[in-house]
Amino acid sequence: MANPTITVLERHMLLYQRLWRASAFSLFILPVLFLTSIGLGVGGYIHQVDGHDYLQWITPGLIASTAFQTGANESTYGVLSEFEWVGGIKAMRSTPVRIQDMIRGWLIYVLIATELAVAAFLIVIWLAGALTPGLAISAPFVCGAVSLAIATPTTAFSAAINDQDWFLVLARFVILPATLFSGVLFPISQLPAFIQPLSYLSPLTHAVELMRDFAFGTATPMTVALHFAYLLAWIVAGWFLANITYRRRLTD
Amino acid sequence: MDTEFGPPLDDMAVLGRDLTKRFGEFTAVDAINIDVYSGECFGLLGPNGAGKSSTMRMLSCISQPTSGALTVLGTDPRREAARIRGRLGIVHQENNLDLDIKVVENLTTYARYFGFSRSECRRRAAEMLEFAQLEQKAVSKAGELSGGMQRRLAIARALVNSPEMVFLDEPTTGLDPQMRHVVWQRLLELKQRRTTLVVTTHYMEEAEQLCDRIVIMDHGHIVAEGTPQMLIKENVSQEVVELWFSETPTEETAAPLKGISEQFDVLADRIVLYVANGEEAAKEVHRRGLTPERLTIRRSTLEDVFLRLTGRTLAE
Ligand SMILES: Nc1ncnc2c1ncn2[C@@H]1O[C@H](COP(=O)(O)OP(=O)(O)OP(=O)(O)O)[C@@H](O)[C@H]1O
Ligand SMILES: [Mg+2]
Repeated sequence: MANPTITVLERHMLLYQRLWRASAFSLFILPVLFLTSIGLGVGGYIHQVDGHDYLQWITPGLIASTAFQTGANESTYGVLSEFEWVGGIKAMRSTPVRIQDMIRGWLIYVLIATELAVAAFLIVIWLAGALTPGLAISAPFVCGAVSLAIATPTTAFSAAINDQDWFLVLARFVILPATLFSGVLFPISQLPAFIQPLSYLSPLTHAVELMRDFAFGTATPMTVALHFAYLLAWIVAGWFLANITYRRRLTD
Repeated sequence: MDTEFGPPLDDMAVLGRDLTKRFGEFTAVDAINIDVYSGECFGLLGPNGAGKSSTMRMLSCISQPTSGALTVLGTDPRREAARIRGRLGIVHQENNLDLDIKVVENLTTYARYFGFSRSECRRRAAEMLEFAQLEQKAVSKAGELSGGMQRRLAIARALVNSPEMVFLDEPTTGLDPQMRHVVWQRLLELKQRRTTLVVTTHYMEEAEQLCDRIVIMDHGHIVAEGTPQMLIKENVSQEVVELWFSETPTEETAAPLKGISEQFDVLADRIVLYVANGEEAAKEVHRRGLTPERLTIRRSTLEDVFLRLTGRTLAE
Protein backbone atom coordinates (compact mmCIF):
# COMPACT_ATOMS: atom_id res chain seq x y z
CA MET A 1 0.00 0.00 0.00
CA ALA A 2 1.53 3.27 -1.07
CA ASN A 3 1.98 5.72 1.79
CA PRO A 4 -0.34 8.70 1.23
CA THR A 5 2.32 11.22 2.25
CA ILE A 6 4.65 9.78 -0.37
CA THR A 7 1.98 9.90 -3.08
CA VAL A 8 1.42 13.59 -2.32
CA LEU A 9 5.16 14.16 -2.49
CA GLU A 10 5.30 12.33 -5.83
CA ARG A 11 2.89 14.83 -7.35
CA HIS A 12 4.91 17.81 -6.11
CA MET A 13 8.10 16.28 -7.48
CA LEU A 14 6.43 15.62 -10.82
CA LEU A 15 5.40 19.27 -11.07
CA TYR A 16 8.90 20.34 -9.97
CA GLN A 17 10.62 18.14 -12.55
CA ARG A 18 9.06 20.10 -15.37
CA LEU A 19 10.95 23.17 -14.18
CA TRP A 20 14.13 21.61 -12.95
CA ARG A 21 16.37 22.96 -15.70
CA ALA A 22 15.39 26.56 -15.01
CA SER A 23 15.55 26.13 -11.27
CA ALA A 24 18.87 24.24 -11.33
CA PHE A 25 20.40 27.19 -13.13
CA SER A 26 19.13 29.71 -10.60
CA LEU A 27 20.25 27.45 -7.75
CA PHE A 28 23.84 27.87 -8.87
CA ILE A 29 23.74 31.40 -10.15
CA LEU A 30 22.52 32.84 -6.85
CA PRO A 31 25.42 31.68 -4.67
CA VAL A 32 27.90 32.71 -7.37
CA LEU A 33 26.44 36.21 -7.48
CA PHE A 34 26.28 36.43 -3.70
CA LEU A 35 29.83 35.35 -3.15
CA THR A 36 31.36 37.48 -5.88
CA SER A 37 29.46 40.67 -5.09
CA ILE A 38 29.44 40.51 -1.32
CA GLY A 39 32.61 38.54 -0.78
CA LEU A 40 34.85 40.36 -3.21
CA GLY A 41 33.05 43.69 -3.45
CA VAL A 42 32.14 44.35 0.15
CA GLY A 43 35.05 42.25 1.34
CA GLY A 44 37.36 44.80 -0.23
CA TYR A 45 36.22 47.31 2.40
CA ILE A 46 35.69 45.01 5.36
CA HIS A 47 38.60 42.76 6.06
CA GLN A 48 37.98 41.05 9.35
CA VAL A 49 34.93 40.23 11.45
CA ASP A 50 35.37 38.56 14.83
CA GLY A 51 38.85 37.57 13.76
CA HIS A 52 37.74 35.92 10.50
CA ASP A 53 38.17 36.83 6.91
CA TYR A 54 34.89 38.55 5.84
CA LEU A 55 34.17 36.06 3.05
CA GLN A 56 34.66 33.15 5.43
CA TRP A 57 32.64 34.85 8.09
CA ILE A 58 29.67 35.60 5.86
CA THR A 59 29.44 32.29 3.97
CA PRO A 60 27.79 30.17 6.69
CA GLY A 61 25.16 32.86 7.23
CA LEU A 62 24.48 33.17 3.52
CA ILE A 63 23.81 29.46 3.24
CA ALA A 64 21.39 29.57 6.16
CA SER A 65 19.75 32.64 4.66
CA THR A 66 19.33 30.85 1.31
CA ALA A 67 17.59 27.97 3.09
CA PHE A 68 15.38 30.40 4.99
CA GLN A 69 14.41 32.20 1.79
CA THR A 70 13.70 28.94 -0.01
CA GLY A 71 11.46 27.71 2.79
CA ALA A 72 9.55 31.00 2.84
CA ASN A 73 9.27 31.53 -0.91
CA GLU A 74 8.14 28.01 -1.74
CA SER A 75 5.38 28.25 0.85
CA THR A 76 3.69 31.39 -0.42
CA TYR A 77 2.31 31.24 -3.98
CA GLY A 78 2.99 27.51 -4.06
CA VAL A 79 0.40 26.97 -1.34
CA LEU A 80 -2.14 29.66 -2.18
CA SER A 81 -2.29 28.70 -5.84
CA GLU A 82 -3.15 25.13 -4.88
CA PHE A 83 -6.23 26.40 -3.11
CA GLU A 84 -7.20 29.19 -5.47
CA TRP A 85 -6.13 28.37 -9.01
CA VAL A 86 -4.66 24.93 -9.51
CA GLY A 87 -7.26 22.76 -7.80
CA GLY A 88 -4.70 20.04 -7.12
CA ILE A 89 -5.53 20.09 -3.46
CA LYS A 90 -9.27 19.79 -4.13
CA ALA A 91 -8.48 16.73 -6.21
CA MET A 92 -6.49 15.23 -3.32
CA ARG A 93 -9.33 16.09 -0.99
CA SER A 94 -11.57 13.80 -3.06
CA THR A 95 -9.43 10.77 -2.21
CA PRO A 96 -8.43 8.96 1.00
CA VAL A 97 -5.49 11.37 1.39
CA ARG A 98 -5.87 13.12 4.74
CA ILE A 99 -5.06 16.75 5.47
CA GLN A 100 -2.00 15.80 7.49
CA ASP A 101 -0.75 13.70 4.54
CA MET A 102 -1.13 16.71 2.25
CA ILE A 103 0.85 18.97 4.57
CA ARG A 104 3.51 16.38 5.31
CA GLY A 105 4.01 15.58 1.62
CA TRP A 106 4.22 19.27 0.84
CA LEU A 107 6.79 19.99 3.59
CA ILE A 108 8.99 17.11 2.47
CA TYR A 109 8.94 18.67 -0.97
CA VAL A 110 9.98 22.04 0.50
CA LEU A 111 12.74 20.24 2.38
CA ILE A 112 14.02 18.65 -0.82
CA ALA A 113 13.92 21.98 -2.66
CA THR A 114 15.89 23.52 0.22
CA GLU A 115 18.52 20.79 0.31
CA LEU A 116 19.04 21.16 -3.45
CA ALA A 117 19.65 24.90 -3.00
CA VAL A 118 22.02 24.22 -0.11
CA ALA A 119 23.87 21.56 -2.11
CA ALA A 120 24.32 23.98 -5.00
CA PHE A 121 25.69 26.58 -2.57
CA LEU A 122 28.13 24.11 -1.05
CA ILE A 123 29.35 23.07 -4.50
CA VAL A 124 30.04 26.68 -5.42
CA ILE A 125 31.99 27.19 -2.19
CA TRP A 126 33.89 23.99 -2.79
CA LEU A 127 34.80 25.16 -6.29
CA ALA A 128 36.00 28.41 -4.71
CA GLY A 129 38.18 26.31 -2.40
CA ALA A 130 36.51 27.51 0.79
CA LEU A 131 34.52 24.48 1.88
CA THR A 132 35.33 23.17 5.35
CA PRO A 133 34.17 19.77 6.67
CA GLY A 134 32.30 21.42 9.55
CA LEU A 135 30.27 23.46 7.10
CA ALA A 136 29.61 20.60 4.71
CA ILE A 137 28.33 18.27 7.41
CA SER A 138 26.25 20.71 9.41
CA ALA A 139 24.65 22.65 6.55
CA PRO A 140 22.04 20.05 5.47
CA PHE A 141 20.75 19.69 9.03
CA VAL A 142 20.76 23.31 10.10
CA CYS A 143 19.39 24.49 6.76
CA GLY A 144 16.67 21.85 6.68
CA ALA A 145 15.61 22.88 10.17
CA VAL A 146 15.51 26.62 9.47
CA SER A 147 13.72 26.11 6.18
CA LEU A 148 10.97 24.09 7.87
CA ALA A 149 10.85 26.56 10.76
CA ILE A 150 9.76 29.30 8.36
CA ALA A 151 7.95 27.04 5.85
CA THR A 152 5.45 25.62 8.34
CA PRO A 153 4.02 28.95 9.59
CA THR A 154 4.21 30.44 6.09
CA THR A 155 2.27 27.46 4.73
CA ALA A 156 -0.32 27.97 7.47
CA PHE A 157 -0.53 31.66 6.58
CA SER A 158 -0.89 31.00 2.85
CA ALA A 159 -3.71 28.55 3.48
CA ALA A 160 -5.53 31.18 5.54
CA ILE A 161 -5.58 34.06 3.04
CA ASN A 162 -7.51 34.67 -0.18
CA ASP A 163 -5.50 37.51 -1.61
CA GLN A 164 -1.93 37.29 -2.83
CA ASP A 165 -1.29 40.92 -1.83
CA TRP A 166 -0.71 39.58 1.65
CA PHE A 167 2.56 38.12 0.39
CA LEU A 168 3.93 41.63 -0.14
CA VAL A 169 3.18 42.38 3.50
CA LEU A 170 4.83 39.13 4.54
CA ALA A 171 7.91 39.80 2.40
CA ARG A 172 8.36 43.38 3.58
CA PHE A 173 7.52 43.13 7.23
CA VAL A 174 8.66 39.63 8.11
CA ILE A 175 11.04 37.99 5.66
CA LEU A 176 13.13 41.02 4.71
CA PRO A 177 13.66 42.30 8.28
CA ALA A 178 14.42 38.74 9.39
CA THR A 179 17.05 38.45 6.66
CA LEU A 180 18.61 41.82 7.45
CA PHE A 181 18.66 41.59 11.23
CA SER A 182 19.53 37.96 11.84
CA GLY A 183 23.29 38.39 11.78
CA VAL A 184 23.77 37.23 8.22
CA LEU A 185 25.55 40.31 6.84
CA PHE A 186 26.89 41.81 10.08
CA PRO A 187 27.12 40.65 13.70
CA ILE A 188 24.03 41.13 15.83
CA SER A 189 26.22 42.89 18.39
CA GLN A 190 26.28 45.83 15.95
CA LEU A 191 22.56 46.33 16.43
CA PRO A 192 21.16 48.70 19.08
CA ALA A 193 20.76 46.84 22.39
CA PHE A 194 16.96 46.99 22.33
CA ILE A 195 16.73 45.32 18.91
CA GLN A 196 19.04 42.44 19.77
CA PRO A 197 16.42 40.43 21.73
CA LEU A 198 14.00 40.86 18.81
CA SER A 199 16.66 39.49 16.56
CA TYR A 200 16.72 36.31 18.61
CA LEU A 201 13.04 35.76 17.89
CA SER A 202 13.95 35.08 14.28
CA PRO A 203 14.66 31.41 13.55
CA LEU A 204 17.26 32.56 11.03
CA THR A 205 19.39 34.11 13.80
CA HIS A 206 19.67 30.74 15.47
CA ALA A 207 20.48 28.96 12.22
CA VAL A 208 23.19 31.52 11.41
CA GLU A 209 24.80 31.07 14.81
CA LEU A 210 24.66 27.30 14.45
CA MET A 211 26.26 27.43 11.03
CA ARG A 212 29.06 29.72 12.21
CA ASP A 213 29.71 27.66 15.30
CA PHE A 214 30.04 24.53 13.18
CA ALA A 215 32.12 26.28 10.53
CA PHE A 216 34.56 27.76 13.07
CA GLY A 217 34.53 24.86 15.49
CA THR A 218 33.02 26.87 18.33
CA ALA A 219 29.90 24.70 18.75
CA THR A 220 29.12 23.37 22.23
CA PRO A 221 26.51 20.67 22.91
CA MET A 222 24.54 23.13 25.02
CA THR A 223 24.23 25.91 22.42
CA VAL A 224 23.60 23.43 19.61
CA ALA A 225 20.78 21.81 21.59
CA LEU A 226 19.22 25.15 22.47
CA HIS A 227 19.35 26.53 18.92
CA PHE A 228 17.89 23.34 17.45
CA ALA A 229 15.21 23.24 20.15
CA TYR A 230 14.18 26.77 19.23
CA LEU A 231 13.92 25.86 15.52
CA LEU A 232 11.98 22.75 16.43
CA ALA A 233 9.51 24.85 18.42
CA TRP A 234 8.78 26.90 15.30
CA ILE A 235 8.34 23.76 13.22
CA VAL A 236 5.93 22.20 15.69
CA ALA A 237 3.91 25.39 16.16
CA GLY A 238 3.78 25.97 12.40
CA TRP A 239 2.75 22.37 11.78
CA PHE A 240 -0.24 22.70 14.10
CA LEU A 241 -1.21 26.06 12.63
CA ALA A 242 -1.03 24.65 9.11
CA ASN A 243 -3.27 21.76 10.10
CA ILE A 244 -5.79 24.23 11.49
CA THR A 245 -5.83 26.54 8.45
CA TYR A 246 -5.93 23.66 5.96
CA ARG A 247 -8.76 22.03 7.86
CA ARG A 248 -10.74 25.25 8.01
CA ARG A 249 -10.36 25.77 4.29
CA LEU A 250 -10.95 22.21 3.15
CA THR A 251 -13.86 21.16 5.34
CA ASP A 252 -15.92 24.21 4.33
CA MET B 1 -20.10 -0.66 13.66
CA ASP B 2 -23.28 1.09 14.78
CA THR B 3 -24.17 4.45 13.29
CA GLU B 4 -26.42 7.15 14.61
CA PHE B 5 -29.31 5.29 13.01
CA GLY B 6 -28.44 1.93 14.55
CA PRO B 7 -26.80 -0.86 12.58
CA PRO B 8 -25.82 0.09 9.03
CA LEU B 9 -28.35 -0.65 6.32
CA ASP B 10 -26.78 -2.33 3.35
CA ASP B 11 -29.26 -1.06 0.79
CA MET B 12 -28.85 2.58 1.82
CA ALA B 13 -25.87 4.32 0.25
CA VAL B 14 -26.64 7.66 1.89
CA LEU B 15 -28.81 8.45 4.87
CA GLY B 16 -28.98 12.15 5.73
CA ARG B 17 -31.22 13.86 8.29
CA ASP B 18 -31.57 17.60 8.90
CA LEU B 19 -28.38 18.23 6.97
CA THR B 20 -27.45 21.87 7.24
CA LYS B 21 -24.56 23.83 5.81
CA ARG B 22 -23.93 27.40 6.86
CA PHE B 23 -21.25 29.75 5.57
CA GLY B 24 -21.03 32.38 8.28
CA GLU B 25 -24.54 33.74 8.67
CA PHE B 26 -25.69 32.40 5.31
CA THR B 27 -27.52 29.08 5.24
CA ALA B 28 -26.73 27.33 1.95
CA VAL B 29 -28.43 24.04 2.84
CA ASP B 30 -31.28 24.15 5.33
CA ALA B 31 -32.08 20.97 7.26
CA ILE B 32 -32.70 18.63 4.31
CA ASN B 33 -33.33 14.88 4.49
CA ILE B 34 -31.71 12.78 1.79
CA ASP B 35 -31.81 9.03 1.19
CA VAL B 36 -29.93 7.40 -1.64
CA TYR B 37 -30.45 3.68 -2.28
CA SER B 38 -27.60 1.46 -3.38
CA GLY B 39 -27.47 1.00 -7.11
CA GLU B 40 -29.84 3.82 -8.00
CA CYS B 41 -29.17 7.01 -9.88
CA PHE B 42 -30.16 9.93 -7.71
CA GLY B 43 -30.60 13.40 -9.19
CA LEU B 44 -30.23 16.77 -7.49
CA LEU B 45 -31.86 19.56 -9.46
CA GLY B 46 -32.19 23.23 -8.74
CA PRO B 47 -31.40 26.72 -10.00
CA ASN B 48 -28.03 28.44 -9.45
CA GLY B 49 -27.24 28.85 -5.79
CA ALA B 50 -29.88 26.32 -4.69
CA GLY B 51 -27.28 24.46 -2.62
CA LYS B 52 -26.69 21.46 -4.89
CA SER B 53 -22.89 21.58 -4.80
CA SER B 54 -22.85 22.27 -1.07
CA THR B 55 -25.05 19.21 -0.58
CA MET B 56 -22.85 17.10 -2.85
CA ARG B 57 -19.76 18.12 -0.89
CA MET B 58 -21.36 17.02 2.37
CA LEU B 59 -22.63 13.70 0.98
CA SER B 60 -19.25 12.93 -0.59
CA CYS B 61 -17.54 13.44 2.79
CA ILE B 62 -15.53 16.45 1.68
CA SER B 63 -17.14 19.20 3.72
CA GLN B 64 -18.57 18.73 7.16
CA PRO B 65 -22.24 19.46 7.76
CA THR B 66 -22.77 22.36 10.15
CA SER B 67 -25.42 20.17 11.78
CA GLY B 68 -27.47 17.09 11.07
CA ALA B 69 -26.81 13.37 10.91
CA LEU B 70 -25.17 11.63 7.97
CA THR B 71 -24.24 8.05 7.14
CA VAL B 72 -22.47 7.22 3.87
CA LEU B 73 -21.94 3.60 2.78
CA GLY B 74 -22.91 2.53 6.26
CA THR B 75 -20.19 4.61 7.87
CA ASP B 76 -20.04 7.84 9.84
CA PRO B 77 -18.11 10.49 7.84
CA ARG B 78 -17.24 12.42 10.96
CA ARG B 79 -15.03 9.56 12.04
CA GLU B 80 -13.98 7.92 8.81
CA ALA B 81 -14.31 10.42 5.98
CA ALA B 82 -10.97 9.46 4.38
CA ARG B 83 -11.85 5.74 4.41
CA ILE B 84 -15.24 6.41 2.83
CA ARG B 85 -13.72 8.63 0.13
CA GLY B 86 -11.55 5.68 -0.83
CA ARG B 87 -14.77 3.97 -2.01
CA LEU B 88 -16.19 7.02 -3.77
CA GLY B 89 -15.64 8.70 -7.11
CA ILE B 90 -16.06 12.47 -6.97
CA VAL B 91 -16.41 14.81 -9.95
CA HIS B 92 -16.55 18.42 -8.82
CA GLN B 93 -18.23 21.23 -10.69
CA GLU B 94 -14.70 22.44 -11.56
CA ASN B 95 -12.30 19.93 -13.10
CA ASN B 96 -9.40 20.46 -10.67
CA LEU B 97 -6.91 18.94 -13.11
CA ASP B 98 -3.15 19.53 -13.09
CA LEU B 99 -2.98 21.33 -16.40
CA ASP B 100 0.85 21.44 -16.60
CA ILE B 101 1.36 17.69 -16.58
CA LYS B 102 0.37 15.01 -19.07
CA VAL B 103 -3.11 13.59 -19.35
CA VAL B 104 -1.93 10.13 -18.33
CA GLU B 105 0.01 11.59 -15.40
CA ASN B 106 -3.17 13.21 -14.16
CA LEU B 107 -4.66 9.74 -13.96
CA THR B 108 -1.66 7.96 -12.43
CA THR B 109 -0.97 10.58 -9.73
CA TYR B 110 -4.62 10.50 -8.74
CA ALA B 111 -4.73 6.70 -8.70
CA ARG B 112 -1.69 6.71 -6.41
CA TYR B 113 -3.68 8.63 -3.78
CA PHE B 114 -5.78 5.49 -3.42
CA GLY B 115 -2.72 3.46 -2.54
CA PHE B 116 -2.36 1.37 -5.69
CA SER B 117 1.09 0.24 -6.81
CA ARG B 118 2.71 2.12 -9.69
CA SER B 119 2.09 -0.67 -12.19
CA GLU B 120 -1.53 -0.96 -11.09
CA CYS B 121 -1.91 2.81 -11.52
CA ARG B 122 -0.55 2.60 -15.07
CA ARG B 123 -2.95 -0.22 -15.87
CA ARG B 124 -5.92 1.68 -14.49
CA ALA B 125 -4.86 4.89 -16.22
CA ALA B 126 -4.77 3.08 -19.57
CA GLU B 127 -8.22 1.68 -18.94
CA MET B 128 -9.59 5.11 -18.08
CA LEU B 129 -7.99 6.72 -21.15
CA GLU B 130 -9.95 4.28 -23.22
CA PHE B 131 -13.12 4.94 -21.24
CA ALA B 132 -12.76 8.68 -21.86
CA GLN B 133 -11.69 8.15 -25.48
CA LEU B 134 -8.50 10.08 -24.82
CA GLU B 135 -5.91 7.47 -25.86
CA GLN B 136 -4.67 9.77 -28.61
CA LYS B 137 -4.08 12.53 -26.07
CA ALA B 138 -2.37 10.47 -23.38
CA VAL B 139 0.93 12.34 -23.54
CA SER B 140 -0.45 15.80 -24.26
CA LYS B 141 -0.49 18.27 -21.43
CA ALA B 142 -3.92 18.33 -19.79
CA GLY B 143 -3.99 22.10 -20.35
CA GLU B 144 -3.89 21.54 -24.10
CA LEU B 145 -7.17 19.60 -24.12
CA SER B 146 -10.45 21.20 -25.13
CA GLY B 147 -12.97 21.97 -22.40
CA GLY B 148 -15.01 18.89 -23.22
CA MET B 149 -11.95 16.64 -23.17
CA GLN B 150 -10.89 18.06 -19.82
CA ARG B 151 -14.33 17.28 -18.47
CA ARG B 152 -14.09 13.71 -19.72
CA LEU B 153 -10.67 13.43 -18.13
CA ALA B 154 -12.04 14.67 -14.81
CA ILE B 155 -14.82 12.09 -14.98
CA ALA B 156 -12.45 9.28 -15.95
CA ARG B 157 -10.10 10.25 -13.14
CA ALA B 158 -12.89 9.92 -10.58
CA LEU B 159 -13.52 6.35 -11.74
CA VAL B 160 -9.91 5.23 -11.51
CA ASN B 161 -10.46 3.54 -8.13
CA SER B 162 -13.53 1.54 -9.31
CA PRO B 163 -15.79 3.38 -6.85
CA GLU B 164 -18.96 1.92 -5.35
CA MET B 165 -20.68 5.29 -5.51
CA VAL B 166 -19.99 8.21 -7.84
CA PHE B 167 -20.84 11.87 -7.27
CA LEU B 168 -21.06 13.99 -10.41
CA ASP B 169 -21.63 17.72 -10.08
CA GLU B 170 -22.90 18.92 -13.46
CA PRO B 171 -20.93 16.33 -15.43
CA THR B 172 -22.13 17.47 -18.84
CA THR B 173 -22.22 21.25 -18.49
CA GLY B 174 -20.18 22.81 -21.27
CA LEU B 175 -20.15 19.69 -23.45
CA ASP B 176 -21.51 19.70 -26.99
CA PRO B 177 -24.63 17.55 -27.51
CA GLN B 178 -22.67 14.68 -29.01
CA MET B 179 -20.18 14.55 -26.15
CA ARG B 180 -23.00 14.89 -23.66
CA HIS B 181 -24.50 11.80 -25.19
CA VAL B 182 -21.24 9.90 -24.83
CA VAL B 183 -21.06 10.81 -21.15
CA TRP B 184 -24.67 9.73 -20.59
CA GLN B 185 -23.84 6.43 -22.23
CA ARG B 186 -20.94 5.99 -19.84
CA LEU B 187 -23.09 6.82 -16.84
CA LEU B 188 -25.73 4.34 -17.99
CA GLU B 189 -23.01 1.68 -18.20
CA LEU B 190 -22.01 2.45 -14.62
CA LYS B 191 -25.63 2.20 -13.59
CA GLN B 192 -25.96 -1.18 -15.23
CA ARG B 193 -23.02 -2.31 -13.15
CA ARG B 194 -25.02 -1.27 -10.06
CA THR B 195 -22.76 1.65 -9.23
CA THR B 196 -24.69 4.17 -7.15
CA LEU B 197 -24.79 7.56 -8.87
CA VAL B 198 -25.56 10.97 -7.42
CA VAL B 199 -25.82 13.60 -10.15
CA THR B 200 -26.62 17.29 -10.38
CA THR B 201 -27.59 18.70 -13.72
CA HIS B 202 -29.28 21.59 -15.44
CA TYR B 203 -30.48 19.33 -18.25
CA MET B 204 -33.94 17.99 -17.54
CA GLU B 205 -33.67 15.55 -20.38
CA GLU B 206 -30.58 14.10 -18.74
CA ALA B 207 -32.36 13.82 -15.41
CA GLU B 208 -35.42 12.15 -16.94
CA GLN B 209 -33.37 9.59 -18.82
CA LEU B 210 -30.80 8.81 -16.18
CA CYS B 211 -32.30 9.30 -12.74
CA ASP B 212 -34.44 6.84 -10.85
CA ARG B 213 -35.29 9.42 -8.25
CA ILE B 214 -34.97 13.15 -8.14
CA VAL B 215 -34.87 15.87 -5.53
CA ILE B 216 -35.56 19.46 -6.54
CA MET B 217 -33.84 22.06 -4.37
CA ASP B 218 -34.37 25.77 -4.09
CA HIS B 219 -32.83 28.21 -1.59
CA GLY B 220 -31.33 25.35 0.40
CA HIS B 221 -34.65 23.53 0.78
CA ILE B 222 -36.08 20.46 -0.90
CA VAL B 223 -39.21 21.55 -2.73
CA ALA B 224 -40.15 18.20 -4.29
CA GLU B 225 -38.92 14.65 -4.60
CA GLY B 226 -39.87 11.43 -6.34
CA THR B 227 -39.42 9.57 -9.60
CA PRO B 228 -39.42 11.78 -12.71
CA GLN B 229 -42.83 10.40 -13.72
CA MET B 230 -44.28 10.96 -10.26
CA LEU B 231 -43.01 14.50 -10.10
CA ILE B 232 -44.61 15.32 -13.43
CA LYS B 233 -47.87 13.66 -12.54
CA GLU B 234 -48.16 15.29 -9.14
CA ASN B 235 -47.10 18.79 -10.01
CA VAL B 236 -48.26 19.61 -13.51
CA SER B 237 -51.05 18.66 -15.84
CA GLN B 238 -50.49 16.29 -18.73
CA GLU B 239 -49.98 18.82 -21.47
CA VAL B 240 -48.47 22.22 -21.86
CA VAL B 241 -49.44 25.03 -24.20
CA GLU B 242 -46.81 27.68 -24.77
CA LEU B 243 -47.76 31.06 -26.16
CA TRP B 244 -44.75 32.93 -27.55
CA PHE B 245 -44.74 36.71 -27.81
CA SER B 246 -42.27 39.10 -29.39
CA GLU B 247 -42.85 41.59 -26.58
CA THR B 248 -42.61 40.57 -22.96
CA PRO B 249 -46.05 39.37 -21.87
CA THR B 250 -47.54 40.88 -18.70
CA GLU B 251 -50.13 39.72 -16.21
CA GLU B 252 -52.54 41.78 -18.26
CA THR B 253 -51.73 39.83 -21.39
CA ALA B 254 -52.43 36.69 -19.44
CA ALA B 255 -55.71 37.88 -17.92
CA PRO B 256 -58.00 36.34 -20.58
CA LEU B 257 -56.42 32.97 -19.89
CA LYS B 258 -58.04 32.67 -16.51
CA GLY B 259 -60.65 29.98 -16.77
CA ILE B 260 -58.79 27.98 -19.37
CA SER B 261 -56.39 26.84 -16.69
CA GLU B 262 -55.69 27.66 -13.07
CA GLN B 263 -52.04 26.96 -13.64
CA PHE B 264 -49.94 29.23 -15.79
CA ASP B 265 -46.58 31.01 -15.63
CA VAL B 266 -45.74 34.29 -17.31
CA LEU B 267 -42.12 34.32 -18.46
CA ALA B 268 -39.95 36.84 -20.28
CA ASP B 269 -40.75 35.55 -23.77
CA ARG B 270 -43.85 33.39 -23.33
CA ILE B 271 -46.78 32.29 -21.25
CA VAL B 272 -46.85 28.65 -20.18
CA LEU B 273 -50.27 27.11 -19.70
CA TYR B 274 -50.77 23.77 -17.94
CA VAL B 275 -53.81 21.91 -19.24
CA ALA B 276 -55.29 18.43 -19.52
CA ASN B 277 -55.94 18.73 -23.24
CA GLY B 278 -53.68 20.93 -25.34
CA GLU B 279 -55.79 21.01 -28.52
CA GLU B 280 -58.89 22.17 -26.67
CA ALA B 281 -56.98 24.80 -24.75
CA ALA B 282 -55.35 26.15 -27.91
CA LYS B 283 -58.73 26.61 -29.53
CA GLU B 284 -60.00 28.38 -26.43
CA VAL B 285 -56.98 30.73 -26.46
CA HIS B 286 -57.82 31.85 -29.99
CA ARG B 287 -61.50 32.11 -29.18
CA ARG B 288 -60.65 34.58 -26.39
CA GLY B 289 -58.83 36.82 -28.87
CA LEU B 290 -55.22 36.23 -27.81
CA THR B 291 -52.78 36.47 -30.71
CA PRO B 292 -49.44 35.01 -29.75
CA GLU B 293 -46.77 34.99 -32.42
CA ARG B 294 -46.52 31.25 -32.10
CA LEU B 295 -48.29 28.54 -30.15
CA THR B 296 -46.87 25.13 -29.27
CA ILE B 297 -48.43 22.13 -27.61
CA ARG B 298 -46.35 19.40 -25.96
CA ARG B 299 -46.38 16.85 -23.19
CA SER B 300 -45.25 18.24 -19.84
CA THR B 301 -41.71 17.52 -18.68
CA LEU B 302 -39.58 17.89 -15.58
CA GLU B 303 -38.70 21.34 -16.83
CA ASP B 304 -42.32 22.34 -16.24
CA VAL B 305 -42.31 20.82 -12.78
CA PHE B 306 -39.32 22.90 -12.03
CA LEU B 307 -40.89 26.05 -13.38
CA ARG B 308 -44.08 25.45 -11.42
CA LEU B 309 -42.25 24.85 -8.16
CA THR B 310 -39.58 27.53 -8.29
CA GLY B 311 -41.06 30.07 -10.69
CA ARG B 312 -37.83 29.91 -12.67
CA THR B 313 -36.56 28.03 -15.69
CA LEU B 314 -33.61 25.75 -15.22
CA ALA B 315 -31.49 26.63 -18.18
CA GLU B 316 -30.51 30.24 -17.80
N1 LIG C 1 -17.38 28.31 0.47
C1 LIG C 1 -18.45 29.13 0.47
N2 LIG C 1 -18.44 30.25 1.20
C2 LIG C 1 -19.51 31.08 1.22
N3 LIG C 1 -20.65 30.87 0.55
C3 LIG C 1 -20.72 29.76 -0.21
C4 LIG C 1 -19.62 28.84 -0.30
N4 LIG C 1 -19.99 27.84 -1.12
C5 LIG C 1 -21.24 28.12 -1.54
N5 LIG C 1 -21.68 29.27 -1.00
C6 LIG C 1 -23.02 29.87 -1.21
O1 LIG C 1 -23.99 28.89 -0.94
C7 LIG C 1 -25.05 28.96 -1.88
C8 LIG C 1 -25.23 27.62 -2.53
O2 LIG C 1 -24.10 27.36 -3.32
P1 LIG C 1 -23.94 26.03 -4.15
O3 LIG C 1 -22.63 26.10 -4.84
O4 LIG C 1 -24.19 24.87 -3.26
O5 LIG C 1 -25.14 26.17 -5.19
P2 LIG C 1 -25.47 25.28 -6.49
O6 LIG C 1 -26.86 24.82 -6.33
O7 LIG C 1 -24.43 24.26 -6.69
O8 LIG C 1 -25.41 26.37 -7.65
P3 LIG C 1 -24.88 26.24 -9.17
O9 LIG C 1 -26.01 25.68 -9.97
O10 LIG C 1 -24.60 27.65 -9.55
O11 LIG C 1 -23.67 25.39 -9.15
C9 LIG C 1 -24.68 30.07 -2.86
O12 LIG C 1 -25.39 31.23 -2.49
C10 LIG C 1 -23.21 30.27 -2.65
O13 LIG C 1 -22.85 31.61 -2.85
MG1 LIG D 1 -23.05 23.91 -8.08
